[in-house]
Amino acid sequence: MTRASDSTPLLVVEDLKTHFFTRRGVTKAVDGVSFTLHAGQTLALVGESGCGKSVTCLSLVRLVPEPAGRIVGGRVLFEGQDLLQKSSAEMRRIRGKQIAMVLQDPMTSLNPALTIGTQVAEVVRLHQGLRGASLRQRVLEALRRLRISAADTRLSHYPHQFSGGMRQRVSSAIALSCGPRLLIADEPTTSLDVTIQAQYLDLLREVQASAGVAVILVTHDFGIVAAIADRVAVMYAGRIVEMGSTAQIFDRPSHPYTRALLRCLPAGERGRQPLVEIGGQPPDLARLPDGCPFVPRCPDRRAICETRFPPAVAIAPGHEAHCWAVAPEDPPAINPGAIETVGGYGGGATPAPPHLY
Amino acid sequence: MLEGIGLKKYFAAKSGFAVGRSGGWVKALDGVSVQVAEGETLGIVGESGSGKTTLAKLFLLLERPTAGTLRFDGKDTTAFDRADLKRYRRSVQAVFQDPYSSLNPRMRVADIVAEPLPADGGESRAVVAERVREVLQLVGLRRESGALYPHEFSGGQRQRIAIARALVTYPKFLVLDEPVSALDVSIRAQILNLLKRLQDELALAYVIISHDLAAARYLATRLAVMYAGKLVEVGECDSVYTEPLHPYTEALLSAALPLRPGARRQRIVLGGEVPDPVNPPDGCRFHPRCPRALAQCAREEPEWKEVKPGRFTACHLY
Repeated sequence: MTRASDSTPLLVVEDLKTHFFTRRGVTKAVDGVSFTLHAGQTLALVGESGCGKSVTCLSLVRLVPEPAGRIVGGRVLFEGQDLLQKSSAEMRRIRGKQIAMVLQDPMTSLNPALTIGTQVAEVVRLHQGLRGASLRQRVLEALRRLRISAADTRLSHYPHQFSGGMRQRVSSAIALSCGPRLLIADEPTTSLDVTIQAQYLDLLREVQASAGVAVILVTHDFGIVAAIADRVAVMYAGRIVEMGSTAQIFDRPSHPYTRALLRCLPAGERGRQPLVEIGGQPPDLARLPDGCPFVPRCPDRRAICETRFPPAVAIAPGHEAHCWAVAPEDPPAINPGAIETVGGYGGGATPAPPHLY
Repeated sequence: MLEGIGLKKYFAAKSGFAVGRSGGWVKALDGVSVQVAEGETLGIVGESGSGKTTLAKLFLLLERPTAGTLRFDGKDTTAFDRADLKRYRRSVQAVFQDPYSSLNPRMRVADIVAEPLPADGGESRAVVAERVREVLQLVGLRRESGALYPHEFSGGQRQRIAIARALVTYPKFLVLDEPVSALDVSIRAQILNLLKRLQDELALAYVIISHDLAAARYLATRLAVMYAGKLVEVGECDSVYTEPLHPYTEALLSAALPLRPGARRQRIVLGGEVPDPVNPPDGCRFHPRCPRALAQCAREEPEWKEVKPGRFTACHLY
């Protein structure tokens, strides 16, 4: 695979599948997700609730709630090593140190009974073995980097004494305190107000640029995507249906779902025509159809969509969509160099013919 | 016509574990005057803690104002007799943010939707049942949906049920508190279009409370911007968007992220935090964060004035 960037990718996810085994049957929360991420890049995972964004993230760090949830297939290569083969002890050393997470609601991700200082120090102590004055020094640095003012007095404060925006900065300080290579941010600004969100995103971008951290950003807000993502993966029903650079996705959305998502947003400038609706509901993940899961809501569906999940179709270098509507009539072999994922269509009941790759 | 004059709502602040009251007052709403005429849509925007929801609760008579009056068709709501109150409750209905918590999971949809109709309303059971089917159809659900329970519906459909419940009494005003915030993006458009259509068909007036500026703009004809318990600006929606007067409005609008990558924009990133509602700053409440603050802003509270026809703001710059 030749790509614009020659460096080896920091993270390669191949055909990741995470299923939940419930009394109602098998819920395929993540069903064949593949992407690559280079150091310093920001990849946005976009989609509606239940599309598998968060479960994808949890799978990367092996925090899928067991025993109901299980990673049933695929590989997660982080710096060349498959995280799915690691022991839990090894994973504990990676989590928080090389891969860190920021979650949606800092009010629930911080412990209300411990001071901020204790909570930041815990990570630094465990991963870097610092004690005493040097530990304190590192904790202060971590907080100051995320612009927590008067950090030394703030150390002894509890989460409830901080505002929402500051709490999210504290969780980010914890996440970034050990200099991770990859930061997974799951809807980090959803609980914040707009002006605070703007502050936080600016800061995140600044810290990211200075530390060279790669970021996987989970969001449903295309405004945030436009503001900070380099690449975008649009997810639907447990799969990535379209992936490309941010400019490609906005300029030439090729999957009907991406197009609909971009069009159904009220964008002030467009005046007061009725918004374009996406009819219907997201599908039940326990009863996914054989073909493309978007079929019942798709304005551009054809007969083949009902039976076979579409393969990755290259739209442009680095830009691909899983859709029969953009697939060439008589599918020729697609230049494999233009496709970023490997085996990205996942294991539907009737997989696409191999010659498409 | 729904009119609030100098509305204030203070809540007793409790501090820590102290027994009794020692924390003073949370000034959730501190002198807000606002009118909603029939058929119009007033959008109320602001950040959390700005008093939007408290204002909605006053409109719905769920809270009594600490000071100020709320008038409905010229009559003070505190002077309402039983009949007035009944008429008011029928005319002013509400739709809340989260359709998962605003619908009782143990009631059938038909009973949920019929609930605002008072038991002694004089309507026969058959009439009520027919009205329920009618409003269910009006909001785009099947007429027979009434036999089901809320868990059998998706988020968007539940919000439709909540809207149907609000419409069952033939209201003139709907107070919509973040009606689409809890919904998925693809469902939001459905609900926003529905609200728009209902307004056109039924000549409803909306008070839409939102922190989502795009959603507010889509529906609102007039926009009221709140900050720390006060109104900072009111005006015709499009003109507020194109030419905000108050620096806070400007910052709030500029903080909304455009839907274009690499869009160059004049962004005003506000420093600091929303002020403590127990001890709001002296003078203008926005002055500690205001990029254009003058010396007098810290001392004198700006007056509420009409700067241009139909454009009101409270700011020393004007």
